[in-house]
Amino acid sequence: MLQVDSVVKSFDDFKAVNGANLAVGKGEIVAVIGPNGAGKTTLFNLITGALKRDKGRIIFKGEDIGVLPPYEICKKGISRSYQIVNIFPRLTVFKNVQVAVLSHQRRSTNLFRPAQDIAVEETRSILESVGLSDKEKSIAGALSHGDQKILEIAIALGNEPELLILDEPTAGMSPEETSATMELVKRLAQMRGLTILFCEHDMDIVFSVAQSIMVMHQGRTLVQGKPEEVRNNPFVQEAYLGVE
Amino acid sequence: MSLNLVVGHGGLFQFHHGVFYGVGAYTVALMLKKTLLPMWAGFIAGPIVAAMIGLIIGWLCVRLNRLYFGMLQISLGSLIWVIVFRWYSFTGGDDGIPGIPMPSLLSSLKNSYYFILIILVICLIIMYLILKSPFGNTLQAIRDNPQRCEAIGINVKRHQLIAIVIATFFAGIAGVLFVALERCVFTDLLFWTFSLEIFIMCLLGGWFTFAGPILGAAIMVALRTFVGIFTEYWTLVLGIILILIIFFLPEGVMGYFEKIFKPRTREEAEGGNR
Repeated sequence: MLQVDSVVKSFDDFKAVNGANLAVGKGEIVAVIGPNGAGKTTLFNLITGALKRDKGRIIFKGEDIGVLPPYEICKKGISRSYQIVNIFPRLTVFKNVQVAVLSHQRRSTNLFRPAQDIAVEETRSILESVGLSDKEKSIAGALSHGDQKILEIAIALGNEPELLILDEPTAGMSPEETSATMELVKRLAQMRGLTILFCEHDMDIVFSVAQSIMVMHQGRTLVQGKPEEVRNNPFVQEAYLGVE
Repeated sequence: MSLNLVVGHGGLFQFHHGVFYGVGAYTVALMLKKTLLPMWAGFIAGPIVAAMIGLIIGWLCVRLNRLYFGMLQISLGSLIWVIVFRWYSFTGGDDGIPGIPMPSLLSSLKNSYYFILIILVICLIIMYLILKSPFGNTLQAIRDNPQRCEAIGINVKRHQLIAIVIATFFAGIAGVLFVALERCVFTDLLFWTFSLEIFIMCLLGGWFTFAGPILGAAIMVALRTFVGIFTEYWTLVLGIILILIIFFLPEGVMGYFEKIFKPRTREEAEGGNR
């Protein structure tokens, strides 16, 4: 479904991503791991169009999306959440998700119908599936950090993506919140038939959830394979797992 | 009000909104003075021409971000002011255009007052509906977080441009109403200090609220009228009030009132649900 081919991205002289390869099949849950600064977030920014690659190809459903602006890529069926909470803090929880749903239904330029009557069911069903229904009237900026991270995912679901990219979905969460969130992610993947690409620092989570793992080191792909293969790979043990 | 649509709800630094007000006023003035077209044609042309200028300036400006957007807008707006100021043969230059003929329907002060009131109410209703529409919600989302909006498939620049065109259209209507009341136009309408004045009105009243700018305008006009009696330096008082508001009521007077009253109603609503 998604194929990243020797992609390179530099900031001035620093090569943040330097030959990354990644393959994500339909319906898979794929994790990207690597130490801080390995280029995971940059890679995600390249896939979603927030940054433009210097070299290489990013193929999604047979089309090179490396040249498209973020909003076009989103319309192709890729949604993402962010490592640092990135929501609409002044709007209510409901509107946060509704804006994404409206955008997906291409109704965001509708001027003369009250928004409160549009896309209500879709929005409510997303809020329900992530467990934020009881907070739909709260102002998003006033939610707890854990709830904001969940809202982060809910906004991404508003676009009914085929591929959902989660950048450290559990960053800053307590252990209980972390396991609840990963359960939610697994459930959503099943319920909605999502393909999921995520990165995460907690190795227990990665090895228990992911079906395929890609290891990045200094902007390069070391290896991608099944959890067992990755665990036993001597390079990985030396470069990453060994360090722990 | 139209300025607040882009500034408060759209998060754009529309620093030179007065130009579009002036363009609307000049359009109707020139049409009534120089052509034989009926009055209503001028009244319709005013906002349309203002929106077209808004489209051109906006199209150039949305390429830039935040403060740079505002700077470019001041320059382009000032350019229009210079053109009107210098083009004596067409616009009357700094003499302006006095004595614009008005139909008998609007001849008395009372009639024109009601005419303006009716148009104002219609405009307010339309703007309120726009703000509550999907577009209005999306615009507020863009204000809060343009980057995230791109990531959920919203073409941010296109939405901003639409907002500017809508806002400049309403500014054009305001310009037409000015002519209906005063029957004259002058270049000050296009000067940047006037834009600053309406920007301050939004600040005073509260930019994240719908009715804030009306309250801001009322405060400003009241100050000018009542403090102006005692001293010609009434702007000094305005300046002090503005500083106090920025420090103590950063969301404006209306924003402050909303803050006081809203949480209470929400708690009641939640209490009712339980």
